[in-house]
Amino acid sequence: MKLYEFQAKNILKNYGILVPQGKVISSSDDAPEVFREIGCASCVIKAQILAGGRGKGGGIQFVNTPSEAQTIASRMFGSSLVTHQTGLKGAEIKYLLIEEAVSIKKELYLAITIDRSLQMPVLITSTEGGMEIEEIALRAPENIIREPLDILFGIHPFQLRRITSKLGIPITPSSKFTNLLIKLFDVFVKNDCSLLEINPLVITSSGELCALDAKIEIDDNALYRHPEFEQFTQYQDFSQAEVLARRYRLSYISLDGSIGCLVNGAGLAMATMDMIKLHGGEPANFLDVGGDASLEQIIQAFEIILSDYRVKAILVNIFGGIMKCDVIASGIIQAVKEVGIHVPLIVRLEGTNVNAARKLLNESGLNIIPAKDMKSAADAVVKASNNGYIDR
Amino acid sequence: MGILIDSNTKVVCQGITGNAGSFHTAQMLEYGTKLVAGVTPGKEGTTVHGVSVFDSVFEAVKSTQANASVIYVPAPFAADAVLEAIEAGVGLVVCITEGIPTLDMIRVKKYILNTKTRLIGPNCPGIIAPGICKIGIMPGYIHKSGSVGVVSRSGTLTYEAVWQLTQRGIGQSTCIGIGGDPIVGINFVDVLRLFQEDKETRAIVLIGEIGGSAEEEAAEVIKREINKPVIGFIAGRTAPQGRRMGHAGAIISGNKGTANSKITALKNAGVNIVDNPADIGEVVAKIISHS
Repeated sequence: MKLYEFQAKNILKNYGILVPQGKVISSSDDAPEVFREIGCASCVIKAQILAGGRGKGGGIQFVNTPSEAQTIASRMFGSSLVTHQTGLKGAEIKYLLIEEAVSIKKELYLAITIDRSLQMPVLITSTEGGMEIEEIALRAPENIIREPLDILFGIHPFQLRRITSKLGIPITPSSKFTNLLIKLFDVFVKNDCSLLEINPLVITSSGELCALDAKIEIDDNALYRHPEFEQFTQYQDFSQAEVLARRYRLSYISLDGSIGCLVNGAGLAMATMDMIKLHGGEPANFLDVGGDASLEQIIQAFEIILSDYRVKAILVNIFGGIMKCDVIASGIIQAVKEVGIHVPLIVRLEGTNVNAARKLLNESGLNIIPAKDMKSAADAVVKASNNGYIDR
Repeated sequence: MGILIDSNTKVVCQGITGNAGSFHTAQMLEYGTKLVAGVTPGKEGTTVHGVSVFDSVFEAVKSTQANASVIYVPAPFAADAVLEAIEAGVGLVVCITEGIPTLDMIRVKKYILNTKTRLIGPNCPGIIAPGICKIGIMPGYIHKSGSVGVVSRSGTLTYEAVWQLTQRGIGQSTCIGIGGDPIVGINFVDVLRLFQEDKETRAIVLIGEIGGSAEEEAAEVIKREINKPVIGFIAGRTAPQGRRMGHAGAIISGNKGTANSKITALKNAGVNIVDNPADIGEVVAKIISHS
């Protein structure tokens, strides 16, 4: 689960990490009052979206008067912000964070995430903060400090000494900096983060360390032990189909093509999409029903696929391992009857009881086209999506 | 022979009284696996499909000399179940459970380093030596005993590949699903080295997918250490890049993680890359007939 900046900053604040004074609003009418409350000569209005690159996309604006705050805020609300991390559609701005403008002496990059290769959390920091950090990582990796962190011990003091000496931070804020690192790892572990990024972390003109931005991503697998994040789900930027998919524990990603896919297992689902492309088609979605989908899940999966009006044909590809194919076939038949499918439906089943399943589909009298293997299935569905006609 | 398991493997099933544990216990017994004990705290003295249930792995191992464990315990308790098996001295732990918090697995990985236990998974289909021993959830009948080693990050896609082999009469020495989570026990590199040493294994099928750098690391080892033919498939070539937040992920992975990076690395290591997942069996057949 990705958190908005204002939610992430609230967490940091609870751990004693300094963040700019500010408030989130969902209506531009509140902007002038928040501006006055903050009481600074200049404020910054920051679009709250679940992606980075906001500055370049115009999602961060400075304002100097309450009325200017309102004007800028009303312009930003409801508009879509396009950045390199949002895709072309952009992200709709529903919340704005108004903050004091902080005077900056120096900017740093600081993050903790999971290094899959090391199989450990890793702290990443650099004195070259800002937007170009990814480019620096490729061009001048020596300017980026990576320190693997021990989840059982925490950050060792010798690691803290190594980090500060490599960064070349002047002595005065050095103890402040190491305290901050210890607190950040605490935030990371206690909240089951998969990403905690502060970019930039600034040294203010008065010598304080302040988190000017914050990105937090929580491990979805750990949400069950964090009831405090439940309230955040209402803010998430999900489409109606995605909400439905989450409720029925289906893994669903909407894409741009015309072929709906219903597959069990993520690897097979991706391989199925690859096949469709190889055969000249475009998948409309990724949908993994999981290892032991129930009848209800399969029906919902069809509902979700059909809610996309661009879908011209559907491919079901199930390798029934422990799931029995005849049970799945009955599920498909019932789903077709209940949901009412108006596009060609190609079904490829393999695995346990497959012969009984094929018989069921053949005798159902429904417009279901069985395929004997992945290749013929992909071929049939691409043809069907192109001209609505199928060779039987 | 195959790797990691054989006819002397005795299995204890953790979470045996649950739905999945009980169902797959029956399946494993039917396949011929020596499943000698089950564990569910508080259920000692009962039996499941004729298998005695114990309160702890320690007691189960003491009574039955089980040397492998399979875990169907729900995600919130699964990391603890792995640790319990390690502490009881079980040599091979196969964790089927999906949805375990990443930080739990990082703690387990740290702990397991100083022990002799090997972990497969989590979030994996398990391991099978066709005709001899099946530990996990894969359908037994799609396998056939033979000389191709299969290692994969996926579940059903592995079944697909294995089925293509079996239909062409090509048997397997051992098939292992190492799991799709960011943090897993044994990885491609470990399994490749085991297949290299195994006399029965003549060729290796490696099935990877986008994300992480496990395939790139495998490529390095294949180049240096593996002289058996390797056939590879990478799923997700056409998957769009996910919406990523922040820069840390990109800094860690650099250019790795994409299908292109993986395919290039594997090709450079001499791996026969299959472009179409429906052709895996055909390509393997061609290659082993030449070797």
